[in-house]
Amino acid sequence: MAHDAHVHVRSQAEFEYVKKKRADEMRGNLATFAIMIFLTLIAFTTVAAGFSVYLIVPIILLLAAIQVVLQLYYFMHMSGKGHGMVAFFMFSGMFVAFITVLTFVTIIWW
Amino acid sequence: MDINQKYTPQSWPDHPETATLEGKNKFIGFWLLLAAETVTFASLFATYLALKDKGPSGMEFSAAGLFELPLVFAMTMILLTSSLTSVYAMYHMKNYNFKAMQAWLAITVMLGLTFLGLEIYEFNHYVHIGFGFTNSAFSSAFFTLVGTHGAHVLFGLSWFIALMLRNAKRGLNMYNAPKFYLASLYWHFIDVVWVFIFTVVYLMGVIG
Repeated sequence: MAHDAHVHVRSQAEFEYVKKKRADEMRGNLATFAIMIFLTLIAFTTVAAGFSVYLIVPIILLLAAIQVVLQLYYFMHMSGKGHGMVAFFMFSGMFVAFITVLTFVTIIWW
Repeated sequence: MDINQKYTPQSWPDHPETATLEGKNKFIGFWLLLAAETVTFASLFATYLALKDKGPSGMEFSAAGLFELPLVFAMTMILLTSSLTSVYAMYHMKNYNFKAMQAWLAITVMLGLTFLGLEIYEFNHYVHIGFGFTNSAFSSAFFTLVGTHGAHVLFGLSWFIALMLRNAKRGLNMYNAPKFYLASLYWHFIDVVWVFIFTVVYLMGVIG
């Protein structure tokens, strides 16, 4: 049946190990969150500080890209095993997304 | 073995979301949806960028004069925090701690509702000062892009609430673990889109 799962009861040592591994991973996620907050603060301050537009735009776009990578690879676990097809889907989507935006801001004008 | 098989923290699999064939199928299908959603939002972003500040001659509203950063900053922080709380929910799901998972999901829903409330307030304010959907090409593009994101937030919240209520007495099993996992992926994706909205629409909007 589609809902069948292999049931494996862990030994105590094995159980403690995976539990600790998950807690470590969660601490990593908390650090990721702190970095995201920091990146967001930089983006807003850069704009509030009123630097040149040609400086601000690349910086905040780069910060957004970093934040999205953190979100995808850590919060959404794309760095985990068995995410090969997922990466293929997402990068294909991002490629089409990039071409679409590029087209609308360069080739089309009025 | 049936879907109501009982588990203990010791027998709960490492990756309950992909431990069954059903779960694996949902997982791969849902990521395909997210890739497609990326393209959907890209087309809305592209439209917005092409039509930014465009409209009938003499139109009074432009991005630089319209957007207020403090409100957007608050919305950004709230949505980002709700992304973390749903990570906590999935942490407890993997530890087979149903009550803690439900509690963190409830916090996530509260934060999401706050975000949605602020967005409704913002849109209402714009319409009030005369910047409605039909005001200009710019206003249509803006409301379509940000409104589509808002609709995703609303859908994500309804999804979480439906899952929490439906499974309240059931507890965690192989049938609903993938469902909770995918709802949280969806919630993260909503935050990913918002990162680009606050950057491209609001931050790049106020600098002109």
